Amino acid sequence: MTDTKAKLQWGVMNAIVVVFALVPVLWIMSLSFKTPATLTDGKFIPREWTLENYRNIFATDQFVRALVNSIGIALIATVIAVVLGTMAAYAVARLDFPGKQLLVGVALLIAMFPQVSLVSPLFEIERQLGLFDTWPGLILPYITFALPLAIYTLSAFFKQVPWDLEKAAKMDGATQGQAFRRVIAPLAAPGVFTTAILVFIFCWNDFLFAISLTSTERSRTVPVALSFFTGESQFEDPTGAICAAAVVITVPIILFVLFFQRRIVSGLTSGAVKG
Amino acid sequence: MSERTSKLSINATPAGADVTADEADPRTGGQHATVPAQRANRRRRPPLSENKRAERKLGWLLCAPAALVMVAVTGYPILYSVWLSLQRFDLRFPDEREFVGLENYITVLTNEFWWTAFGVTMLITVVTVAVELVLGMGLALVMHRTLVGRGIVRTAALIPYGIVTVVAAFSWRYAWTPGTGYLANLFSDGAPLTERASSLAIIMLAEIWKTTPFMALLLMAGLALVPEDLLKAASTDGATGWQRFTKVMLPVMKPAILVALLFRTLDAFRVFDNIYVLTSGANETSSVSMIAYNNLIRGLNLGIGSTMSVLIFITVAIIAFIFVKLFGTAAPGSDDGERR
Repeated sequence: MTDTKAKLQWGVMNAIVVVFALVPVLWIMSLSFKTPATLTDGKFIPREWTLENYRNIFATDQFVRALVNSIGIALIATVIAVVLGTMAAYAVARLDFPGKQLLVGVALLIAMFPQVSLVSPLFEIERQLGLFDTWPGLILPYITFALPLAIYTLSAFFKQVPWDLEKAAKMDGATQGQAFRRVIAPLAAPGVFTTAILVFIFCWNDFLFAISLTSTERSRTVPVALSFFTGESQFEDPTGAICAAAVVITVPIILFVLFFQRRIVSGLTSGAVKG
Repeated sequence: MSERTSKLSINATPAGADVTADEADPRTGGQHATVPAQRANRRRRPPLSENKRAERKLGWLLCAPAALVMVAVTGYPILYSVWLSLQRFDLRFPDEREFVGLENYITVLTNEFWWTAFGVTMLITVVTVAVELVLGMGLALVMHRTLVGRGIVRTAALIPYGIVTVVAAFSWRYAWTPGTGYLANLFSDGAPLTERASSLAIIMLAEIWKTTPFMALLLMAGLALVPEDLLKAASTDGATGWQRFTKVMLPVMKPAILVALLFRTLDAFRVFDNIYVLTSGANETSSVSMIAYNNLIRGLNLGIGSTMSVLIFITVAIIAFIFVKLFGTAAPGSDDGERR
């Protein structure tokens, strides 16, 4: 009895959350399905449906190339940032060594500096090193600006992990390194996957670096490609195309989150330290 | 549990010794001698000083890659910006470049546009972060505890954060423009994006909608670490739902809350995309990042633009400092009694 009541309550709350989150998204979808003539009619549901906008964005190679670039760059940057961040965060949370405060401070400093002002010096450096308009040219800044968040998030989680388990592992003869890999890393999984989601979204959404540090299809990412919809092709009304592209590029995010949210499981550690 | 630990002890001896040896190698020669000693000592418990030294080395090794990448990419650009902020340097008049000390700072700090933008930014930061903390906590609880459709709720809730900011901002602008948008038609009195108060409200709404999931996700991962047993014990002892929340959950989540608040505040204070698309700073809705951008990229006045960047940085640094002090030992890197 109480069970169904609880389920009902949660159902209502879930519905609120979903509506809150999705109404503006549905609005973008609705715009993407509207014909140019009805685009500005102010109706939430399109009166005339069309797939024209989707056909248009896939008609040229430009968008597909950008999609490939975005996925590749965001995935590589996420993996590297999470691995480096995990290592550093473990040291920050668990080990005692001189220079720890410095690392934490520097990471925060980087997170705080307005990125607008870092773009032009980065542009000059990358031109000289031949990194301009390449994948690594974007991956490196993404890793850098994702790392502070990764280190902070992860070390906050590492502090909460039940450390008796590590002690137990060490008592059984594991080294510090093994205790890290085999005991702590799995326990810190919720933090790691949360970080992965945040970093991936950060890389995926970045516009500032992408537009300043790329110049051709070779490494141009989707948000930048979107801005070129407005600039060059179909000048009269790119809104429909932009919205269609926005819907398409949200799909990888949904897949990524769907895949990783399962890892943020509750009660992972409950009971582990009892016996 | 017992199975896991036994597996560990089997693997420990050979691999573990190698790891320590590798770690010692790049360091100074004198420390090579400690490796065999450590190896021998492993069966008895090694003395504290040896242990400490190994711990330091491991700490440095684990941090080195992250530190190297961060410093290599941002070291020069940050110093360069600070250096520029001390110069009169306008790309339109490159010949007049000279070192002027703190003059740029005086120019900016006595400018009313700067203070208007500063006020707007502060308002947006305080309101959005406060609302997002409450909403985000609620959202985190729903995402974490819900009995039905957990995967769908979590994914749906995170979609706003995943949508490219510029596109989301365009859709809001479209929705609030009279004639083309469903929202403007709902509240049909004038054009909300042409008045200051309603523009700011819409900017904040767009910000909150977009970034609450960020807050919620960080808080939810903190929630995942609250031991289920502790909650059960509290409720057996007769704690109400509110008491369980404030007395059991919040203390455990403190580090997660700090990180969520800190990074959200840092981001909120540098709000740019939404304002850029929604109002372009019209009707005194510019944020400090907007005017810094206008000076740096549009106006090509590198001196003043860099000065603004440094001032934004200093403000944000003060905010961060206050947060870290408020949260005390929950801050990463602080040495508290909890270790070991």
